[in-house]
Amino acid sequence: MAAIELRNIVKVFSDKRRGRDLLTLDNINLDIEANDFVCLLGPSGCGKSTLLNIIAGFEQATSGRTLVGGKQVERPGSDRGVVFQQPTLMPWLTAIDNIAFHLKLKGVAKAERHDRAMEFIDLVGLRGFEHHHPSEMSGGMNQRVGIARALLMNPSVILMDEPFAALDAQTKLEMQEELVAIWQKRRCTIVFVTHSVDEALVLGNKIVVMTKRPGRIREAVNFDLPRPRDITSPEFNDAKRHVLSLIREESTRLAQAS
Amino acid sequence: MTSVTDVSPARPALRLTRAIQGLERLIVPALLIAGWEAFARSGVLPPALLPAPSAVLHALGDWVFGFDETTQTYSGHWLRDALASALRVFGGFALASLLGILAGVAIGWSRLFEKTLEPTLQMLRPIPPVSWIPLAIIWFGIADKPAIFLVFLGAFFPVLMNAIHGVKTVDHNLVRAGAMMGANGRQMLTDIVLPAALPSIFAGLRIAVGSAWMLTVTAEMVAVKSGLGYVLWDSYYFLRYDIVLAAMISIGLLGYLTDLGLKAIMARTLRWQQTTTVQGRAG
Repeated sequence: MAAIELRNIVKVFSDKRRGRDLLTLDNINLDIEANDFVCLLGPSGCGKSTLLNIIAGFEQATSGRTLVGGKQVERPGSDRGVVFQQPTLMPWLTAIDNIAFHLKLKGVAKAERHDRAMEFIDLVGLRGFEHHHPSEMSGGMNQRVGIARALLMNPSVILMDEPFAALDAQTKLEMQEELVAIWQKRRCTIVFVTHSVDEALVLGNKIVVMTKRPGRIREAVNFDLPRPRDITSPEFNDAKRHVLSLIREESTRLAQAS
Repeated sequence: MTSVTDVSPARPALRLTRAIQGLERLIVPALLIAGWEAFARSGVLPPALLPAPSAVLHALGDWVFGFDETTQTYSGHWLRDALASALRVFGGFALASLLGILAGVAIGWSRLFEKTLEPTLQMLRPIPPVSWIPLAIIWFGIADKPAIFLVFLGAFFPVLMNAIHGVKTVDHNLVRAGAMMGANGRQMLTDIVLPAALPSIFAGLRIAVGSAWMLTVTAEMVAVKSGLGYVLWDSYYFLRYDIVLAAMISIGLLGYLTDLGLKAIMARTLRWQQTTTVQGRAG
C-alpha cells in the first residue's frame, strides 16, 4: 500500500463573481511510496499547491479520492505535517513553543514539551535561539522552526509548499542540504512543491512534472542519482534536459493550441 | 541584546539626559498654563467666568485636602468623589470588556452569530448613551446601577468593533497551521484566534476606557449624588467655574493614568510584537 494514493482527483473552483468555473486539477492519479521524496514540479497556477492542500485536508477535491496511510483524508490532522511557503508561526510564541505547539494542544506538561522540542531545535541547528520570537529571527531561521514543528509531530508524511521560495540563494542551498540530511536520517515521506527544476532535481527521488492549467501529470520521473548530488555532473544535466524537454513540449503544445 | 554593564561609567550623565528628556513632556502644558494665567489676570473676562489656573489649583487643593473650605461642602471630599467615579468607570468598563470581547469573538468567528447578533448590535451602536438616561433611571433607579449602565454603553461598542475586526483579520494560514497540528474547535479559539486578535482587542480596550471616563459626567449628572461628574454639574449651578475646571482636570488626569496602566499591561502582554512595530524602534 502506498503512503499516499491520489485517485482521479478533480478540482473545480467556481468563480462566482464571473459566473464561471475554473478547472484547476484534471484527473490526477498518483501513488507515493513510503520514504519517497517526491517533488511536484510545475509552473505557477498549475494547481500543484492546490493538490498539496487537498492532501493536507485544507481543501476538498471536487471529485476523486485521497488516501493517506490507507485512510480517506477529510480534514487537516497531525498525521500530515505541513510546511508553508511563509513560515506561518504563531508570532506570540518563542521558537521552542512554536515547535512544541502540537504537544501543548495535546495537553503535555511544559517541562516535557520543552525537553522534546529541544531535540528538534538541535536537529535544525537553532540552539541558542529557542527563546526568540519569530520577529527576532531571519526568514531562514523561521522556516527552520516551521520544519522542526512539522517533524516533531512525527507525521507519516510531510507536505512542503515552496518553503524556500522566499529565501536568498545561499540560505536556500543550505536549507536544501539540511532537508536532504534530515530526510535521510529520519526516513520520512516528503511531498515538496516547487517551480524550480534545479530544486526538484537536487531534492527529489521522484519528480512529478505537471502541466499548466488545467493541472495534469505530464510524467513522473524516477531520479536516483546518489547524494550529495553534483549539480554540474553529466547525470544531473541529462535528467535536467529531460525534465526541461517535458516542460518545453508542454509550452509548445499550449502555443499551438492558442 | 548588548550588555548593560558596558555603559555603567556613563550612568550619571545618562540619568541627567533622561531627566531632561522627562522635562520635554512638560513644555507644552507649562506654556498653556502660563498663557492662561496671564490672560485670566489681564481682566478681559471677569474672574468668575474664567478662573485663573492658580484659582483652579486652589479649588482643587481644597477639594482634595480641605484646608480652607473654599469649595464648601466638597472640601476634603475629592478622594471619595474620585473613588465613586472610578468605581462606576471600572464597573462599566469591566462589564463592557467582558461582553464586548465575548460577543466580538463570537461574531468574528461564527457566521451564525454574525447573522443573528450583529445587525441588532450595529443598530444599537449609533444611539447616543445619553438618550438611554430615561430608561436607565426607570430600570435601575437612582444609584450606581444606571451610571454603570451608561458607562457600559459607551465602552461596549469600541471593544466589540475591535474584537470583531481582530478576529476577522487573523491570518487564515495560522488557522490552517493550528488545524494541521491537531487543534480542536475550542483550542482554535483560545490558543490561536484569541492571541492573534489581541493587538486589535487591546486597541479597542484603550478607546473604550477613554469613552468610559467621558461618560462619567453624563452618568452622574442625573442619576447619582456623588462623583467627579456630579460635583462638576452641581458646581455649574452655583457658578463655581473654578470647581468645574478642577473636576474636568481630575477626570482628565484619572483617565490618563488609567490609560497608562492599560498601556503597561498591553506592553507586557504584546511584548512579542514590539520588535516589528514603530513603537519598538527606540529599543
